[in-house]
Amino acid sequence: MSATSAPLVRIEGLCKRYGSLRVLDGIDLDVATGEVVCIIGPSGSGKSTMLRCVNHLEQPDYGSVRVDGELIGVHERRGRLVDLPAQELARQRTAIGMVFQAFNLFGHMTVLENIVEAPMRVLGQDRAAAREHALALLEHVRLVGKTDAYPRQLSGGQQQRVAIARALAMRPKVMLFDEPTSALDPETVGEVLSVMKLLADDGLTMLVVTHEIDFARDVADRVVFVDGGRIIEQGPPAEVIDHPREERTQRFLARIGTGAGPVD
Amino acid sequence: MVGKTLAWAIRIFVVLVAVEVGSTFLTSESLQWSVVWSYLFDTNVLNGVWRTIELTVIAMVLGCIIGLVLALMRLSSSAVFGSLATAYIWVFRGTPVLVQILFWYNLASFLPDLSIGIPFGPDFASSPTNDLVTPLVAACLGLGLNEGAYMSEIFRAGILSVDHGQSEASAALGMTRRQAMRRIIVPQAMRVIVPPTGNQVISMLKGTSLVSIISMNELLYTVQVIYSRTFETIPLLVVASIWYLVLTTVLSIGQYFIERHYARGSSRAVPLSWRERLGRGTTQPEGFFSHQEAK
Repeated sequence: MSATSAPLVRIEGLCKRYGSLRVLDGIDLDVATGEVVCIIGPSGSGKSTMLRCVNHLEQPDYGSVRVDGELIGVHERRGRLVDLPAQELARQRTAIGMVFQAFNLFGHMTVLENIVEAPMRVLGQDRAAAREHALALLEHVRLVGKTDAYPRQLSGGQQQRVAIARALAMRPKVMLFDEPTSALDPETVGEVLSVMKLLADDGLTMLVVTHEIDFARDVADRVVFVDGGRIIEQGPPAEVIDHPREERTQRFLARIGTGAGPVD
Repeated sequence: MVGKTLAWAIRIFVVLVAVEVGSTFLTSESLQWSVVWSYLFDTNVLNGVWRTIELTVIAMVLGCIIGLVLALMRLSSSAVFGSLATAYIWVFRGTPVLVQILFWYNLASFLPDLSIGIPFGPDFASSPTNDLVTPLVAACLGLGLNEGAYMSEIFRAGILSVDHGQSEASAALGMTRRQAMRRIIVPQAMRVIVPPTGNQVISMLKGTSLVSIISMNELLYTVQVIYSRTFETIPLLVVASIWYLVLTTVLSIGQYFIERHYARGSSRAVPLSWRERLGRGTTQPEGFFSHQEAK
């Protein structure tokens, strides 16, 4: 990260608790434009919650998230942070793409309808332009010829690639991936990861919560290890994954097994 | 095989009973089919049929509007809205609809005048209750307000049946709550909402006969008026039954097509075609009379 340019995503002092459980306990993280950050950690460590705070699907109790300098979900009024009107939050979310573990494709719409829905209804694009962009995106995620299929007729890996295309159709500044391969059959994990690698190579800014250590090693510019709602350690994959300094990181990596070589 | 013989014996017995009942019914002197025929397309009867359809439509539309509002109130995070809706459902589902119809019909004896104005303040307009609450209005209120309580539960179940991930995905794409409801949630909830709503419409169609008690000239009341004069009670009840059957059959066919429309994208939920249902379809190897045991 260069010291001169402001970070695209700036997370500051994020705290959140569910009852007595401290899910996030003071998270600070900056992500530069074009950077790919993989967030790893045991389940229940708060990594998904942190990601969901970025587009305000979860409201943090304390702390703030800025994307491109703009506070997300709140605005400052007389020194206090006040919730934004729903309309404004919706506008902010158009710049933040998200891919979910369970795909969450719209089941009553075809692949093409899924992708053009938000560009047309939210951004006001005309059908022809939205369709053209959608077809280009489908080509990019290697799903030509599936435009008229319904999500249920596709494999998990295909559905997740449609979901990626749907998020990209909004031309977001940053993409959030919430365990995008955790719900997939082992044989379709690779096709999703290779599409994500393509996007990373294109220079897309990505925050990826994942258990795919090989993917993180191969694609991430930076790996962040989260445990107990705190960032324990972060740095280039060669350091965090292959030579972790913290004992908790070492134990986590030993437990899940850092496995074989890089993904193709 | 004993089992197979017994199964056939039961089938033959059931068919014989059905034929006996049917022939008794069709050839009965007291049924007077000629009387049935002469009244089937009688102008008064047709007016009654029309009034029944009208009442069904008005009460269902009223019920759906109230039901949707109540469902959204119950699903909202507001405790005030939620408990108001719960109280409404408690009252209107907890008392017989016949009592509710009589209540609205007799509203004047409880509130002689109805007025619009500021609560505990001055009135802007006032009118005798009996001028406003005609039998038609009482019938629509009785049936529609009651229906709202049932429809709210159907809408609520439908909306809750849509996975929460659909709302999250819509929100993440920058849709407002309203857009997500209209474009994503409700269309998918319809798959769960339509079948029970079809049943409600059919129940409502038959339920309109209850308002005969307040002299509303719908189908049942119309035939009652005729047979109180001619004493051809059973033939006229058959006339009414034939019309109710015709209307409910038409509704069932309509429901089939609506269900098929909303089953888009869920291949497993496509209802059988009419040919398949009647067992004559090409893709129906399993009829009533086929056996798995013949191995």
